[in-house]
Amino acid sequence: MRVLIVAALAVMLPLAAHAEVVVTDPWARASILASRPGAAYVTAESDEDDRLIGASTPIADRVMIHAIETDANGIGRMVHRKTLDLPAGEAVDFAPGGMHLMLMGLSEKLVEGTTFPLTLHFEAAGEVTVNVPVLGVAASRLDEGSK
Amino acid sequence: MTTEFATRHLRRIRLVLWGVVTAVLLATGGALMMRSYLLPPTSEGISVEVATIGETDIRSEFTLMDHTGRAVTEADFTGRWQLVFFGFTHCPDICPTTLAYMASVLDLLGPDAERVVPLFITVDPARDTVPVMAEYVAAFHPRLVGLTGTEAQVAEAARNFRIWYERMDDENAPDGHMMAHAGHMYLMRPDGRFDDVFQEQDQSPQKMAGQVLARIQESQDVK
Repeated sequence: MRVLIVAALAVMLPLAAHAEVVVTDPWARASILASRPGAAYVTAESDEDDRLIGASTPIADRVMIHAIETDANGIGRMVHRKTLDLPAGEAVDFAPGGMHLMLMGLSEKLVEGTTFPLTLHFEAAGEVTVNVPVLGVAASRLDEGSK
Repeated sequence: MTTEFATRHLRRIRLVLWGVVTAVLLATGGALMMRSYLLPPTSEGISVEVATIGETDIRSEFTLMDHTGRAVTEADFTGRWQLVFFGFTHCPDICPTTLAYMASVLDLLGPDAERVVPLFITVDPARDTVPVMAEYVAAFHPRLVGLTGTEAQVAEAARNFRIWYERMDDENAPDGHMMAHAGHMYLMRPDGRFDDVFQEQDQSPQKMAGQVLARIQESQDVK
């Protein structure tokens, strides 16, 4: 019986990992000063309910998910999120003034025109790595920055 | 019988009282721990909250140091309009976004830009020293003035602008708040009084530049 359950689980495992997340439009803003945190932005969409459980990059010690929450007094605060829900078929946008991936402890300054790899860890879909272009200090949206 | 009842009754009361004492101790201890966790003394890794409280009685009054190391007060800028933004250089999202936006607005003001002084006042003076501010503001606009000072001077400036900010240790409190209220830009009149408030996401830089020009024009018509 136990063997059967293990076998069944083994068969189901690839099915459970079938969720796919598409990560598009990554970009980060160039740093002005070394030793200051950076911010990266992406759009993520999953074909089924999934959850972003973390992110990492070789160029930073830590990547934190930051979002804005508004309290009863209308004061918006940047808050650290451990996870972020990705409802099926819904594009979740990281953008200035909304959510961003904060890059803590950068090993190097983010220089305009360079790129760096960023790996997003999803609960169901696993790891997705994207190449993040660094745009100018004044970039506020991907389209503006690439002009 | 009655004595036994009374004893048990008293014991229950005593238990309840001890429970209350324990709860109070736990709550106080917890609050103190939370306080020290959330509000450590100034150190590396702090982050800052900024919020606006009201528009009435907002005034541009300060004694600070500009990014060239010169001591300045509001008197150094009287006669010109001021575009004021409070932030800090460790802020990775709202601050650079808003300052880049302010730079676009300045460029769009054309010749009238000379009549507007853009001020970036740090709420994190311990880390945003004069040389840090000099390097930082230069990245956005040649005319952007960075202002820092002592903790007390910055607190006073923030008070006069009715800006509330709070410092928290980001390194030890990864769950702690980062920054409150997506950066407001204050437009201050040449006499140092409040005129208008803008937010980056509310309108295009073109529209904001148009509104600022209109305000400058209107005030001239009144005179």
